[in-house]
Order: sequence, then structure tokens, then C-alpha cells
Amino acid sequence: MSNPGKAFKRNIRENPYLLAGMIITALILLMILVGIFWTPYDPTQMNSAEKLQGISLRHIMGTDNMGRDVFSRVMYGSRITLLIAIGTVAIGTIVGTAIGAVTGYFGGMMDEILMRIIDALFAFPSILLALVIVSVFGTGWIQLLVALGIAFVPSYARIVRGEFLRCRNMDYVENARLQGVSDLRMIFVHILPNIKGVLASSILIGFNNAVLAEAGLSYLGVGSQPPYASLGKMLSDAQQYMFTTPSYVLCPGIVIVLMVLGFAFLGEGISRWK
Amino acid sequence: MNENTVLEVENLNVFYKNNKSSLFSQNKKIQALFDVSLSMEEGEVLAIAGESGSGKSTLARTIVGINRDYTGRITKKYENDTPQMVFQDPYSSLNPAKKIGWLLKEPLRVDRNKKWTATEMDIRVKEIMEEIELPMSMLERSPAQLSGGQRQRICIGIALMRSPKLLIADEPVSALDVTIQAQILELLENLHKKHGISIIFISHDLRVVYKISDHVMIMKDGRVVEYGKTRDVYLNPQHEYTSQLLKAAGIIQE
Amino acid sequence: MEIILDVTDLHIEFHDHDQPEVAVEDFDLMLGRGEIVGIVGESGSGKSMSALAIAGLLNRKSLTKSGRIMFNGTDLLTCDRNILRSYQGDEISIIFQEPMTSLNPVKRIGWQVEESLFIHHPEISKAVRKEMAIKTLYSVGLSDAEKVYRMYPHELSGGMRQRVMIAAAMIGNPKILIADEPTTALDVTVQAQIVELLKKLNRERKTSIIFISHDLSLVSQLCERVIVMQKGNIVESGKTKKVFKRPGNIYTKRLIAAIPKIELR
Repeated sequence: MSNPGKAFKRNIRENPYLLAGMIITALILLMILVGIFWTPYDPTQMNSAEKLQGISLRHIMGTDNMGRDVFSRVMYGSRITLLIAIGTVAIGTIVGTAIGAVTGYFGGMMDEILMRIIDALFAFPSILLALVIVSVFGTGWIQLLVALGIAFVPSYARIVRGEFLRCRNMDYVENARLQGVSDLRMIFVHILPNIKGVLASSILIGFNNAVLAEAGLSYLGVGSQPPYASLGKMLSDAQQYMFTTPSYVLCPGIVIVLMVLGFAFLGEGISRWK
Repeated sequence: MNENTVLEVENLNVFYKNNKSSLFSQNKKIQALFDVSLSMEEGEVLAIAGESGSGKSTLARTIVGINRDYTGRITKKYENDTPQMVFQDPYSSLNPAKKIGWLLKEPLRVDRNKKWTATEMDIRVKEIMEEIELPMSMLERSPAQLSGGQRQRICIGIALMRSPKLLIADEPVSALDVTIQAQILELLENLHKKHGISIIFISHDLRVVYKISDHVMIMKDGRVVEYGKTRDVYLNPQHEYTSQLLKAAGIIQE
Repeated sequence: MEIILDVTDLHIEFHDHDQPEVAVEDFDLMLGRGEIVGIVGESGSGKSMSALAIAGLLNRKSLTKSGRIMFNGTDLLTCDRNILRSYQGDEISIIFQEPMTSLNPVKRIGWQVEESLFIHHPEISKAVRKEMAIKTLYSVGLSDAEKVYRMYPHELSGGMRQRVMIAAAMIGNPKILIADEPTTALDVTVQAQIVELLKKLNRERKTSIIFISHDLSLVSQLCERVIVMQKGNIVESGKTKKVFKRPGNIYTKRLIAAIPKIELR
């Protein structure tokens, strides 16, 4: 433990999940980073001469029904998907942690009322909830992000509340209270660091759910609008050409799978960290 | 209140709320202490002895202010002084996410009576580490890397950081091995002699109680069974339950 | 005295980390019929490990054992799992420190006490089993045995639970009872009662007892012979009275000195 570098090396060696997760995630991130500065073709540039081509050296993931380069669009679309996933998890974690911490720490009537509201939110499937929010505030990826974020709040609030309930009666919390530590300081400085492990793995799981939820909602047509793409939107556009040009539907699909797999392995690896 | 009295408790009755507070449940109160009175002189070591469920920990928690639901009077000589506590289980009373040095400084950081500068804190930490006889290199460790005895020393150190006038030790040695127990008791005795700090020592172990205390209060089912000078109580137990305890501990013969 | 258990050169090693850790080294123990032997030591001394090995409960993969544990002419360390199982809970029983967690919270007391009979003597009928269970519960000092038989663990106090544990261990009339810190979690007055109960069972049934504890004064009340362990090694062994009066080892002296002395009057 005394040497973080050494511990890291040992974990990499004994923990295949961590290694696999890091490699896959790094590849995806690399693709997205490169995509910000350079794509092989303009992702919105149509070309009627090269519609629905398969995999070739010119277009390594083929082209779509408007002759746009699928690889360029995947590079761009992954960025949108990742942004939505990060934003969603950020909103869910921050708001959820705040609610969970306050209700778990103070308890009492406020806990009762807030948790019943959370329960009610929880009772909706999160995709349905997001659909409702999007239909009220309109479509577009920002709205989608906020909608998914709100839908993610309850699960984080529950997790954090449970952890706070566990911690708040520990001797060390009582000890700190005797020293005169204020409630806010207790929540953020004393208790929160103790639940970072649980929070970290649920953030990674949340990431996966966010990627999948984004794909699902875009597929339903409420995400980013044409000509821009997210991975889910691309899947939905590609479905009618599934049999004529399989590469068009397979390539974005595989990228989604890899993204989810990478985060899942990373989460598993972190939870097995010794 | 007498000039020399550091703590006086009169007719204390303590209640527990049925902790499952739900919108629809009625609040049932359970009485945990019945009519407890005591008074402590400056520099006294008062032992509270009894078996589990006797209410000895409840009494301690009420005196330090963790339990607020009580009737009766608790008068402290030093109003600005919060009594500090040392808990039974050294494995749960140190925040596992923090370093030892951080934990020792925390009482100073949140001190309302004085603003401590970084150098003053460092000096104080060094003083305390000498008192609890641990090397300075331990400041960089986290609690998981310490043994039970070392942790309990740190807990005592944290309690002493702001030089409290009253220290409450709730079964501080029960979770430790016998040879470590002896060391921790010796440390507490030394600190008591050196600083004249008043100590409430809670224990179920009557041998340990005899070694460390001036006065002893025997409790059973939330009531005081016997209260007096430790030697007198052990030599001449007035109550049947006291002699039963002393017999079970092998201190007096059948 | 008839020797019923003979442990020689018991050696236990853990391989959880990069370096193997020795938990028990060169442990020897001869247990006579009807004898009570105490094993004393602090946490990490290997006293519980030795006992678990004798009870055949050390079966982790990351662990190597060597030596011999002879019981009824078989070596419990190397014998077939089925032979070992036929002894466990019947000829050799064990009770643990924590009566809260060693009973199954969703089963009635009767079921738990009868369990070992059910496993080892399936030929005994249900009615006879119940009769034996109630008799055993009665013999461990639960005077309301019929009622206790139908209760759940959470309805009993700590002391009563430990009595139930002892009843469950004693129902098959074992030759050896291993008691691993059986009184540590209990109040002092209850501790004294449990020690008395163990004495009584030993007297009446001639059960040999291995009593593991960190509490020297308890051991001195109960055991004729004592083994003192430190860091996996036996540092001293002999008649309890002699060891207490004239400890030959520095560590034993320190242990005895750690008990606060009380000189009344």
C-alpha cells in the first residue's frame, strides 16, 4: 500500500478485468479524441456516388444511405454519446449524492418525504421518465442529457443514503461530533470519503446504463437531430439497410458494445482492487 | 455545586425513542436510566461497572451530550469544555478513510475557542504523540495499518488534543489482548497523574475497575445499585448483586 | 489414563500473501479421556487455528497442514473426507465464541439441537429425537426445555444461546468437546455459570474438553492442564496450578502479570 505505483502494477497483473477495461476504454477515448481534430471525411458530407458501400480501404466502416463515411460519423457520434453519458452520470451522481447524504445523515421527517418522492420516481422505468421529460422540453441532445440525468437521480440517492445510514452511527462519526465537527463538514469531509468505493463502481455501472439509455432514446428519435449523429441515432437510421449493407448497422453497434464492455470491465476491476 | 466538583448529575432519567421513525409509527419511548445521581471531584477516576444492558454506556452518552432526551440535571464546572470519549472498539472509532495525522489535527481544526495555526497544530501533535508513546512516523499511516493497541492510543490522543477536563472511556480495553490491556491502563493512569484530568471509566471487568478507580458505581437494569469508594465497596459490598459480580470475577470467594 | 486424542508436530501455514505465514508450529497435544485442557494465548497466537484443525474445519485451499492428529486410530489430517464428516458433530463437537451468529436465525432451537442426530443417526425416530433434544436442553440448565425447544434464537439471551450451542454439541455424547472462547461474549455472572456447566458435563459424561481462552483466570478455574501459545508456538505447558505459581516462560509471566492484582484488606 505504501507504494501506489507498485500496487497498481500488481493489480494490473492479477486483475484481468482491470487491464481489459483499461485497454478497451483507452481505445474508445483515443478514437473520440482524434475525432475532435480530424476525421477521414466530413461526417455530414453527403456523396450520392458512394451510397451504402461495404467495408473497403477507402471507407473502413463503409458508407451510409446518403454516402456519408460511417467511420467519421462513428467518431463524431461516440463523442455525443460519451458527452451524454458523462453529463447524465454527473447530474445523477451530484444531485443523487446530495439528496442521499442529507436524507441519510439527518433522517427524520425530511428523509421520509424526500425518499417517498424518490420512490415514486423510481417506480417509473427511467427511459419512460426521460421520454416524458423530452416530450415536455423538446428534442435535442441537451434535453436528452438533462432528462436522463433526472431519471438517474433516484438510484444514486438510494445508494448514498444507504451508505450514510450505515456510517452515521459508527463510533468515528460520534467521536467527530464530540469534537465539535459541524454537520456539513461531517457529511463531506468525514463520511463521504468512506463511500467513494461504492460510489465509484456505481458511477461506472451508471455510465453503461447511460450509454444504453442514450442509444435507446435516440433510436426512438428523441436524441440528436440530423444531420448530426449519435451512436443510437445511427443504429436507428441503419435498421432498414440491415440486410443490404450490414456494415452500416454493425459498426456503430459494435462500438456501443465495446464502450459498455470497457466501462463494465473497468468497474469490475476497480471493485476487485486490492 | 461545590467548588471542587467537576461534574454533577442529579436525578437523571434517560429515554430512548423507538428508533424506527416512520410516518405512521407511534413514538414509543423506552426508559433506559432511572433516577441516576453522581458527583465527581476534580481529578477523580469514577468507574461505572455493570453487565450489558445495565445502562452504563447510556449514562456516558448522556453526559457527553449524544443522548438529548432526558430529565434531571447535568452540571459541568467547565462550560466551554466538551467531555471527550474513548470508545470500546478501536476498529470502528477511527475514520478508515483518513490518515492518523489528519485525525489528530481534526479537533484543532474545528476548535471554536481558538484558531490554530499550522505550526501550532504540528507542535501540539508532536506533544500528544510523545504522551501516547507512538513514533511520529505513524502520522502518515491509515488506521488499517495499526494494531488494536496502537489505535486505542491514537483514540486517547485525539481525545486529549484540546486538553479536556473530563474524559470518558467506554470499555477502552475490553476489545484488546490482556498484555495490551495492561499497557493501555498504564498509559491512562500516567496521563491522569500528569494532567489531573478527571476520568469516567466504564467497564464490566471488576479487576480493571479496582486497579484504576477511586470511586465505583455499580449499575443494573438502568439503576444505581451501589455507589461509593472503590475499596469500601469491594471490601464491604452492601448489595447482593455487587457480591455476585465480585464472586463471578473471582475477587471474593463464595 | 486412556489417551483419546494424540496430536503431534501439527504445522499450519497460510499462503494468502507472497510470503507463507506460519500460523501454528510444532503443536503437540495428548488428551486423556475426561480431561480438560486449556489453550491460552492472545489473538494471533494460533490457539483457534489448532482447535479448528483438530475439529477438521480447516479446509481452505491456500493452506498447508502437516503432522498427525490421531483419533480412534485414524489420522484426521489425512483421512477420507467421509470419515472426517462421520466424526464431526458426533464424536468431536465444537462451540464458538459468538452465540449470536453460530445459530441459524430462521430455525427453531429444537431443529438446531437435533441437527447432528439427524445427520449421524438417521435411524432414530422423530419422537425419540425430540425426547433426546429436550433431555439435553434440560441437562444444560434450560429448565424450561419444552418451551425453549419451540423458540427461535432471537428470543433467547446470550447466555441461553450459548447453553443451546452446548446442548447441540453434546446431544451425540461426543468424546471431545472443543470450546473456542465460549464465554468471551458473555457477561461475567453468565460466564461463571457456563464454566460451571462445562465442569458438570465433564464430570457426568466423561467428555474431554479443549477449552480455548485468552482469560487466564477462567482457565485456572476450569482446567487441570494448560498450554500457553504465542505466535504459533507452544511456549509453556503443564499442570495449571504449577504454571500459574511458577511460570517458566517470560511470556507466561507477562500474561499473568497483566491480570490486575487485587489485595483486599
